[in-house]
Amino acid sequence: MTEMTETTVTFTVNGAVRTIKVFPRTTLLDALRWQVGLTGTKKCCAEGECGACTVLLDGRAVNSCLVLAVEVEDAAVVTVEGLATAGHLSSVQDAFLTEGAIQCGFCIPGMVMAAHALLAENSRPSEAEVREGLSGNLCRCAGYQRIVQAVLLAAADGATVER
Amino acid sequence: MGDIRLEDMLHVKLVTIDCAHARILSINDEHARALPGVREVVSAAGLPNPMPRFGPVYQDRPVLAVQETRFHGEPVAAVVADTEQAAEEAAALVEVCYEELPAVATIAAALDPSMPLVQDAELRTGPHAGTNLLCEWRFGWGDAEMPAADHVLDNTYTFPMVTHFAIEPHCFLAAPDHDGVIVWSAVQHPFVLQQVIARLLDMPLTKVRVHAPDPGGAFGGKQHAKYEPLLALLAVRLQCPVRLELTLSETFQAVRRTAFQIRLRSGFASDGTLRFQDAECNALVGAYADIAPRVVSKACYFMCGPYLVPTARIHARALLSHTPPATAFRGFGTPQVAWALESQMDEAARRLGIDRLEIRLKNLARAGEQFVPGDKPADGNWPQALRRAAAAIGWERPTAPGRGRGIAVGVKASATTGASYAIVRLHVDGSATVLAATSDMGQGARTVLAQVAAQELGVGVDQIRIVMGDTAIVPFDLQTSASRSVVFMGTAVLEACRDIHAKLQVMACEAFGLPPDSVQITPGMVRVPARKLTFAELLSEAFAGVHGEVIGVGSRRGERVGNHPLGGPPAFYEFSCTACEVEVDPETGEILIVKHISVADVGKALNPAQAHSQDEGAAVMGLGHSLMEHLILDERGRILNLGALDYRVPTTKDMPLEMHSLLVENGDGPGPYGSKGAGEGGLFGVAPAIASAVADATGAVIRELPLTPERIWEAVTQQAAANRTQRLPADT
Repeated sequence: MTEMTETTVTFTVNGAVRTIKVFPRTTLLDALRWQVGLTGTKKCCAEGECGACTVLLDGRAVNSCLVLAVEVEDAAVVTVEGLATAGHLSSVQDAFLTEGAIQCGFCIPGMVMAAHALLAENSRPSEAEVREGLSGNLCRCAGYQRIVQAVLLAAADGATVER
Repeated sequence: MGDIRLEDMLHVKLVTIDCAHARILSINDEHARALPGVREVVSAAGLPNPMPRFGPVYQDRPVLAVQETRFHGEPVAAVVADTEQAAEEAAALVEVCYEELPAVATIAAALDPSMPLVQDAELRTGPHAGTNLLCEWRFGWGDAEMPAADHVLDNTYTFPMVTHFAIEPHCFLAAPDHDGVIVWSAVQHPFVLQQVIARLLDMPLTKVRVHAPDPGGAFGGKQHAKYEPLLALLAVRLQCPVRLELTLSETFQAVRRTAFQIRLRSGFASDGTLRFQDAECNALVGAYADIAPRVVSKACYFMCGPYLVPTARIHARALLSHTPPATAFRGFGTPQVAWALESQMDEAARRLGIDRLEIRLKNLARAGEQFVPGDKPADGNWPQALRRAAAAIGWERPTAPGRGRGIAVGVKASATTGASYAIVRLHVDGSATVLAATSDMGQGARTVLAQVAAQELGVGVDQIRIVMGDTAIVPFDLQTSASRSVVFMGTAVLEACRDIHAKLQVMACEAFGLPPDSVQITPGMVRVPARKLTFAELLSEAFAGVHGEVIGVGSRRGERVGNHPLGGPPAFYEFSCTACEVEVDPETGEILIVKHISVADVGKALNPAQAHSQDEGAAVMGLGHSLMEHLILDERGRILNLGALDYRVPTTKDMPLEMHSLLVENGDGPGPYGSKGAGEGGLFGVAPAIASAVADATGAVIRELPLTPERIWEAVTQQAAANRTQRLPADT
């Protein structure tokens, strides 16, 4: 593996074009955290089960641990750092604060990204739909109750969602 | 923690073998060392002899495995390389030649004298050194012989190993610091870790600095040292920063919850009054003790729960096994003993034909009653909490077909001994910095401590800065565990603020030439004859031209008490009730939790939103060990479900349809403003309440966790068959 050569990949991260060098095996998660320097995207299971590393890839929520960095050439990636605009949190982020939906916070970036993707597809989800939509994101602290309420609140507030 | 990187940092990868118990015959690191970027490969042979060992109860855990591996995942070597990739690749190239040996992986095996010893006899002292019994305790009171009882129930309950599954896996970083070392680890007890490292490196505490960033979830799994000693040794040896990030699978293999099997013989009078409890508690701890002996002794000391029992005999044993070290896990053994005790209370209610709520109310200790004779009496209105849970679930209402309800209580003794210190620095503008070593792992300690300081200093919480997590800066705190921080550190912060009040009084007297009784200090305000000043105004006048700040110091200590079995009585009890309504699908064994009520006696909720959120989180975590979580080991002691694919924890889809957290606030706690600790209680009664609801719905009684669909289906099917058999004679 040390024989492998690095390749260049150019993609958009939170609206800015970035060109980085990665190994073929480098995941988008590791590239975002260490090459791009955006550590808001978190690493837990690294096998696509926990959702902590959720980002938007061309508007779709993906587990960035399951995407290779070389695959995102020309794609647009949005991470949790890209949600706030002009110093204002997104309505989903605001709703998480209002509902007190955060404990340790480690799962929250992935949760918030999953919520954005959910609301982009379905702006008025039912509680059952929110539960379904967030079922790929594990939280071990907060018991989900307030997280689900936060997403419903964001929906009720008419979240404008970046895709 | 995982976001912290240092320049010129090297990366560590652990070398493990795929078995639990094995004799290490040889380790060949030639190929690994030849790999570009590899700086060091270290195994027991390359570490000091005798191997440095550590642990909070016994110093038995080696830095790396010596001669044998004793649990699945115990590292035999570690590779240090320039990149994570090189370290990972080199670790795979280390050739370990070993002979697999029979593993002790169950309680029965641990008690079998023909099975191998987990720990070498020379490592241990005392009467049990040649056995796998790590330690045992006998508690009890009342008559020497069990008294007569109208009904005696004799059942055995099991609670398996589960894993903490904090969403942030363990990550460690260490760097040389002149003639000392700095260690970064998201631990709950930074000062305990500092002591471990200082002892292993033979350094004074001043040369060991521990940075403890906020853990991304901990739940007891991040209390004590794991691979920090290895990292510190490597950092000092290589004079270079070294980093180790465990995978989630490796995190599963670092520590886990203490598994229990409890045989409980309970005597009841016909009216449901408890006559005696006779408990045999066997706890399967791991290959190294960690804090498990304390988990076992503390939980089993309170085996009889919050009930008045005239005669009790409790025999508890901690049994070593070739499994990952057992440690603390939210509840510290209480969910395990409550599973047995509360299930037994239900069994008694069914046997005696008494309502399950009534049998609890009948036996529950009232405030001021000693339920463990000679120890701290009940410090809350526990029947009130239980009645609230019953009312909220609609206990008296009939249930729909296929549905059942359950109710359960639990009580946990909080911290007994230990100290917390706080320093509060009142700045000249009236804002303040609080130095407090509590680790904020999501329980919201930072917010609550800021609230206490803000309240006492008469400023907004936005004027308070909390500094935590650096042993070089913040004063000593023993630990963040046992829901102690509000009571211990909260009190220390409160006292530090009141120390500031006293100093301001002296300052005002000196500044204005007044006698002490003419100066009155209230939060944020100084009253002198004909004048009122804010703290900031007093400071700017008193400090005129010279500048300065006022420093307050506070502490809360739980002192050791003579020969108390736990070192001292608990500072408070954490009491909780769970009530639920479930629907059981007899075809699949699946449970739908229709409604879940959690009631916590918190004394006074300093931050109600956080108190509710903690309780809800505990309740859902409790659903995990009740319904789905267990580490599955093969007969060789290997964990088969390592990682998130195969080990299930609750998701949004496992949530109850409806869930409510209720708080009982009678201001009867020892913490600031009448508060008690909280945040663990929501787990205590979940498993027995759900099992009780399943029995209520189907008649099927299950005494083994988790209540998986398979297990429920099997129990329900057998129960249905038994019902048919019983009906046959009458039908024919």
